[in-house]
Amino acid sequence: MTAPDVHRTIDAVWRIESPKLIAGLARMVHDIGTAEDLAHDALVAALEQWPASGIPDNPAAWLMAAAKHRAIDRFRREKRLEQKHVELGRELEARQDMAALDLEAALDDDIGDDLLRLVFTACHPVLPTEARVALTLRLLGGLTTNEIARAFLISEPTVAQRIVRAKRTLADKHVPFEVPRGAERVARLSSVLEVLYLIFNEGYTATAGDDWTRPSLCEEALRLGRILAELVAQEPEAHGLVALMEIQASRLGARVGSSGEPILLLDQNRSRWDQLLIRRGLAALDRAQALGLSPGPYVLQAAIAACHARAQAAEDTDWERIAALYATLAALTPSPIVELNRAVALAMAFGPQAGLDLLDTLRSEPSLKAYHLLPSVRGDLLFKLERLDEARVEFERAADLTRNVRERELLLQRAASTQPGGGRSRGPNR
Amino acid sequence: MRFMMLMIPKGYEKAAPGTLPDPKAVAAMMKYNESLQKAGILLGLDGLHPPSAGARVSFSGGKPSVTDGPFAEAKEALGGYWMIQVRSREEAVEWASRCPASDNEVIEIRQVFEMSDFPSDTSAR
Amino acid sequence: MRFMVAIRANTTTEAGGPMPSTELLEAMGKFNEEMVKAGVMLSAEGLHPSSKGALVKFSGGKHRVIDGPFAEAKELIAGFWILQVKSKEEAIDWASRCPGGHGEVDHFGGEFDIEVRQVFEAEDFGAEFTPELRAQEERLRDQIAQKK
Repeated sequence: MTAPDVHRTIDAVWRIESPKLIAGLARMVHDIGTAEDLAHDALVAALEQWPASGIPDNPAAWLMAAAKHRAIDRFRREKRLEQKHVELGRELEARQDMAALDLEAALDDDIGDDLLRLVFTACHPVLPTEARVALTLRLLGGLTTNEIARAFLISEPTVAQRIVRAKRTLADKHVPFEVPRGAERVARLSSVLEVLYLIFNEGYTATAGDDWTRPSLCEEALRLGRILAELVAQEPEAHGLVALMEIQASRLGARVGSSGEPILLLDQNRSRWDQLLIRRGLAALDRAQALGLSPGPYVLQAAIAACHARAQAAEDTDWERIAALYATLAALTPSPIVELNRAVALAMAFGPQAGLDLLDTLRSEPSLKAYHLLPSVRGDLLFKLERLDEARVEFERAADLTRNVRERELLLQRAASTQPGGGRSRGPNR
Repeated sequence: MRFMMLMIPKGYEKAAPGTLPDPKAVAAMMKYNESLQKAGILLGLDGLHPPSAGARVSFSGGKPSVTDGPFAEAKEALGGYWMIQVRSREEAVEWASRCPASDNEVIEIRQVFEMSDFPSDTSAR
Repeated sequence: MRFMVAIRANTTTEAGGPMPSTELLEAMGKFNEEMVKAGVMLSAEGLHPSSKGALVKFSGGKHRVIDGPFAEAKELIAGFWILQVKSKEEAIDWASRCPGGHGEVDHFGGEFDIEVRQVFEAEDFGAEFTPELRAQEERLRDQIAQKK
């Protein structure tokens, strides 16, 4: 193997092993920052030795042993003998031959728990959301600062700072490295799922021509979601999130037209939907529902996505079911956006007036005052009822509110189409 | 990136219909499969009956003709596959190298086309 | 029953180009759509040429990696579908309808082969597959959506 080949292989091994390595070390030293430093020391040792000695048969064990050696060196240098260091020192001094350590077994036993501890800690609500995202991508995704920066269209120093501050906050607030239990668990899990879905959506909204790191965020979020779903297999919301992401990801190949314009779901060429991902998403949804608990927000959103995924053609969509699911979702997590989507579904299922009736209840909603989709949807429903003048007013208002150039063009076109001879109009079909 | 890991067991091209893998090998392989699943990268996997139980459809001059297996000229045959989602070719190779394959087994690694590899859709309604 | 229906590679697919024509892509798209509508399509994938691939050979407990392309005559595949059908005949029937095989659109000049191979299900393994292994297999298949 050539030198660059070895380095790329070491990189691959690092991407595979580093989260478990950092997680295991974090449990021992009770500090994520120190754990990451020790892990990086091990990587440096690997980069120095593996090109000559070859990739070891058990890279995970090698890295952990190297990290522990470095830990001993550090603690001796710092002459600190706090309890955890004494434990670590004692543990290592008791074993003469590092190679004899049955590290593989030890790693296996704790890996699941350690990784879960790392996930919950990186997503701790004491951290601002963007810090949780950066820390998760760094520690669990193994992304470099540069990759995270490019993925989120921010500067590298900004990302570096976020990560440094995040680790400091966790240390300052003495956030324990543990898996939350009991009453706390639901909220903490919700915090984790929120981070993963945020990462996914950042990738989902990436457009053609964006840096490759952006769409790859979808894959990363999916991978982390799948890992989480294995670790907390009894949590339906974890499977629900995975289901939602698998199904959304199934449409990635159909969302963009030949000139880079976005294609709305109902207009997409469904033969470009990835059947494998759809099947995986439906299976994950089954897993969630099989747990027999009443559905949470991610399970409900996944169920809605599944309705679309199951429809061979847009005309086959079960809008009544979607409307019912949105109603349940609205009861669970009341939100004007959810109501808006519900109005669209109601209109598709029962006719435009049904949607308008619901929309009328949202007109004074402050959070929707600047949201262009409200007048846009309203305009569409009025158009279908042939209340053309009113429709035009709504489209123009929507065009005014949107910051997206293409969207504005489309809305102005729709406004024009309300006039006789104003051109063909196509529904927004959200 | 998606990759296929294609398992090519030596001699499988000559295996009789109904040939089953050794249970010990299956147990080791299942542990490996679970490691792929736990890593969040396993998209799918399957074992294949030998070619002697299969068939070939050959197209020539605009006509298909069907022949039943086995195929005497075949020097090897696919025994099964995994499809994985990883961040680099090297990662795919690393995972393949961790497979508890037996001696004289070969894993072929092939990158899978993704929608982004094809031109954008011009056929939206 | 499930079957892998695989298009065998040839010099064109191995050369990595040219890109399939719009007509062929559309024909393939329609073909895939039909199989989805018929409820038989589980997945459809195309493979990059072997030049982008690698071989991992195992021997004496060690492994070595050889980069593609694979020069020796091999049973390479260029793409495949996994279909869920009632019989081998049905799988063969679908395979026979592959675009390009009937001169309606150009696909490898109308000369190509498709292999049809049955996929193992848990019950195929019979008595050798202990109940524990079978349960484990079923669980894994559920998890990764390899349902029958």
